[in-house]
Amino acid sequence: MNTQHTKVPDGTEIKLAHSHARNAGTKLRPEWFEDIAVNRSATERRAATLTTRRTVKKEYQAAWLVKAITCIDLTTLAGDDTAGRVRRLCAKARRPIRDDILEALGLADENITTGAVCVYPTMVPHAVKALHGSGIPVASVATGFPAGLTPLPQRLAEIHYAVGEGAAEIDIVITREHVLTQNWQALYDEIVQMRQACGDAHLKAILATGDLNTLRNVYRASMVAMQAGADFIKTSTGKEEVNATLPVSLVMLRALRDYGELSGQTVGFKPAGGMKTAKDAMNWLILMKEELGLPWLQPDLFRLGASSMLADIERQLEHYVTGRYAASSRHALA
Amino acid sequence: MGQIKDILRTMEYGPAPESNSDVKNWLEINAKGFGHFINGKFTPVEGRKTFSVSNPANETVLAKVAQGTAEDVDAAVKAARGAFGKWSKLPGHERAKYLYAIARHIQKRERFFSVLETMDNGKPLRETRDIDIPLVARHFYHHAGWAEMVETEFEGYSPVGVCGQVIPWNFPLLMLAWKIAPALAAGNTVVLKPAELTPLTAIAFAEVCHEIGLPAGVVNIVHGDGETGALICGHDDIDKVAFTGSTEVGRIIREQIAGSEKKLSLELGGKSPFIVFEDADLDGAVEGVVDAIWFNQGEVCCAGSRILVQEGIAERFYNKLRKRMETLRVGDPLDKTMDIGALVSAGQLKRVSALVEQGKAEGGTLWQAKVELPAKGSYFAPGFFTDVEPASTVCEVEIFGPVATASTFRTPDEAIALANNTKYGLAASIWSENINLALDMAARVKAGVVWINSTNLLDAGAGFGGYRESGFGREGGREGLYEYLSADWEKRLPPVKAEPALKLSAAPDGDAKVAGTGAIDRTVKNYVGGKQARPDGGYSYSALGKGGQVIGQAGLGNRKDIRNAVEAAAKAGAWGAATAHNRAQVLYYIGENLSARQAEFEALLVESTGVSTKAAAEEFAAALRRIFYYAAQSDKYDGAVHATKSRHVTLAMNEPWGVMGIVCPDEMPLLSFVSLVLPAIAMGNRVITVPSTRHPLLAANLYQVLDTSDVPGGVVNIVTGERDVLARTLADHDEVDALWYFGSKEGSAMAEKASCGNLKATWVSNGRQRDWLSTGQGQGREYLRRAVQVKNIWVPYGE
Repeated sequence: MNTQHTKVPDGTEIKLAHSHARNAGTKLRPEWFEDIAVNRSATERRAATLTTRRTVKKEYQAAWLVKAITCIDLTTLAGDDTAGRVRRLCAKARRPIRDDILEALGLADENITTGAVCVYPTMVPHAVKALHGSGIPVASVATGFPAGLTPLPQRLAEIHYAVGEGAAEIDIVITREHVLTQNWQALYDEIVQMRQACGDAHLKAILATGDLNTLRNVYRASMVAMQAGADFIKTSTGKEEVNATLPVSLVMLRALRDYGELSGQTVGFKPAGGMKTAKDAMNWLILMKEELGLPWLQPDLFRLGASSMLADIERQLEHYVTGRYAASSRHALA
Repeated sequence: MGQIKDILRTMEYGPAPESNSDVKNWLEINAKGFGHFINGKFTPVEGRKTFSVSNPANETVLAKVAQGTAEDVDAAVKAARGAFGKWSKLPGHERAKYLYAIARHIQKRERFFSVLETMDNGKPLRETRDIDIPLVARHFYHHAGWAEMVETEFEGYSPVGVCGQVIPWNFPLLMLAWKIAPALAAGNTVVLKPAELTPLTAIAFAEVCHEIGLPAGVVNIVHGDGETGALICGHDDIDKVAFTGSTEVGRIIREQIAGSEKKLSLELGGKSPFIVFEDADLDGAVEGVVDAIWFNQGEVCCAGSRILVQEGIAERFYNKLRKRMETLRVGDPLDKTMDIGALVSAGQLKRVSALVEQGKAEGGTLWQAKVELPAKGSYFAPGFFTDVEPASTVCEVEIFGPVATASTFRTPDEAIALANNTKYGLAASIWSENINLALDMAARVKAGVVWINSTNLLDAGAGFGGYRESGFGREGGREGLYEYLSADWEKRLPPVKAEPALKLSAAPDGDAKVAGTGAIDRTVKNYVGGKQARPDGGYSYSALGKGGQVIGQAGLGNRKDIRNAVEAAAKAGAWGAATAHNRAQVLYYIGENLSARQAEFEALLVESTGVSTKAAAEEFAAALRRIFYYAAQSDKYDGAVHATKSRHVTLAMNEPWGVMGIVCPDEMPLLSFVSLVLPAIAMGNRVITVPSTRHPLLAANLYQVLDTSDVPGGVVNIVTGERDVLARTLADHDEVDALWYFGSKEGSAMAEKASCGNLKATWVSNGRQRDWLSTGQGQGREYLRRAVQVKNIWVPYGE
């Protein structure tokens, strides 16, 4: 167990408990990934049957849905984001389920919140303010999100800015070119510098897997990011043509498992983009449980990058409690 | 509901039972017992002998089912025969509509079938719901298509007649579909016996037949055990037997119906290799093992049960397997979160346990999932053996439970040697990211189904079936339909004209009529491995020509001559690997060289058989044309790419049997020899030929032709002598992969019966006479089809 401290400009501090020591990275070890064999058809078959082999019903389903909420990085990453928009999102993050539902689930005292709120850097101050006292961390995308093609000094400055405004987590994007040209050293060096810029803030490395195209590339990029010290590896920005998919996630989890075996260190996983339903949440939870086990079902090692998913989960929970199908108008907007 | 708080900490799955109330209702309504389905009606059960069917997952009795008697089988066959005329003459489109309706109805009742199958068999609902029942529907859809097209796509073929079909308990409804769909599509009617352990989905299927208004008698289902099965297979009015089950029973059926002129297809046991190379996607391969041996409780004939791993990565792979076992869930098969349910019966559990115990006793190390098994029911924890070698019992014997064996290899050559070191040849799974290596292995492995970087992929459009003692015949695809069709010409052949018995004497005969003197004495030897060889016994017999005159002597071949010839043929494997173009060139050259000796052959035909010069010339000309025909076919009778799943190439390759015995008839000794040997070698087989016993001298002239035609040694071997004696040795020989016998009815029966040792494929003439001169009867694709076995190779792709 260790605790992550995040200083907020108003002088207060957010403490986040982690069940594992922070990934310190390794030196660049291409021999861990260069010859990796990833067979697409075999991967897809496994991914396709994973969610047909397992299911959860009744109170188990309700519990799993609540678990999903606690792992959500409730996200807004739009050009028209404003302080007001962010405040509304944060309010939902603090109180993701209506009180009566929560009560009926027997969770009134559990302080159920989302895992984090995820915003653009300039929105960080608004989010920090809105979440004051909740203990919910603010995650900020950075480094020229989503394409990541601004010069490195600016990208690093962006991280410094977000951290300075009180972001506890930085979702960086990698330079896809380094993967597509297999320039592992460049990719490694870039992420190492970003990790340094993060300081105590945790770094989530967005691989933009939809741009990487092949599963081998996904595995290799995952490995380099972990070797460079990423705390999380994350699938997508949500802006690529293809975002989080189960086969891609499976490959990243296998990389994560291999990295754990080879380095003895622990890294988290965040699928993002395209996941909209409670069913999606269950699928990813099943994937995590089957491939990595219980520790990776906790918000310190698993996050779901989503926005509309929460609404669907809340509707399902109400149905579980009342036995009647719910309408979204009866749930607070995020 | 304080529980949710706790579940949030443990994140367990909890129970997820599938409701079975509809099935229970159905069983309750039928509590008095289920009868047979004969002539469109269920037979009454009152006062009849029944057996009970139970759920292996909890040992409760589900139903009572009538035990089929000889009278029941008789009635069913009679009904099928009665329905055959009209059914077979229906336009294909009409049959297609029925098959389509069956497919539709199965889909509409898919969950009922899934739940019933799970309760009857013990397999998890996930599998019946996602695999068994969808494949059943797919099989009927696919064959609705064949029904539509069979008349035009298979011109010159027609339905066989009444089919007797006996199916196993591991995929009860799916095996029913594999049997009934192609049979009906082709225009046959059927009498099917489900396994006595799992008859219930077949009963529900019969109700579907009723529901869609299938004409009475087209499908008949008789229940019972092996005895009932034997009554069906042995019934005089059955034209075709199809069996899926153990090799042991397959052998009994082969013997039982030998000489009956019944068509036969067998889909038997396996001990299929699962080969993992060091460059494979190891995590993918681990999931492959899950889908192979830990699928359907390991009760899968094509299961990749022999894991072969390249030595350098073996420990890593075993570690991954052990890790993966930890998350396997074993338990109530109706629970939707289970990977593995119950074995089919307490008896099967006992058998699997005993074999696993023996494996341990012989020094194998068993790695087994640490799962808590339900207290009641036939459950067995999945696992695999290490420290086992080919000589271990568990590596040799089909366990038919969720336990694989794992051992190592060093090189691709060693992998293939180990993979093929089995009497079986059903399937193989090959894991490598190197396409050169994977396809090389696929080509060299002796198996009817090969999955590259995948396992247990099934589709109605691809052929499924084994090499060696895994049986013969294919199910699915175009190749599968042939099992339910007969060539029209072959159906109507008259019996061979009776000729005076031939007595071969090894002793000199003082009373013999001797043909012209003064010529140089002629001796026919055997031709083995490209060389003339004196018969081992040192005996010869006199060949009689026109008017009974002695025109020369031929070797009186014996067992050892056959043995030597088979050995030579076995060594000549390069022939099958040569390009089809090369083989064609050699065949053309045989024609060229034979043509150069036209006068001599025609004279010998006249002298030997007593035909007119005109008839001899006709035979010779036909033989030449035939040689050219098969030379032409060498590189044209090729395989297919089946349309199965997306992003898969499923190659149906025609592969030679390997070593074939060919026993030639007496009629038209030159033409019949050429008509039989040429298609066999055109397809890459090596043959041991027994030429006409009555007219052996032609053989000598023929091997001189072969000798000068660049036919590699061992590709064609000739042993003269007494037909049925030599045929018997060939049929008995385990190194001979297929046998064509053209002779008497009795000899045909003998050849089929003796072939059961290694279950070699046979094609016999049943004492019938074909018109060798006719291109319709004496040559054609049917000969080529009989000279090959189809290997389906599944190649998924995508980076």
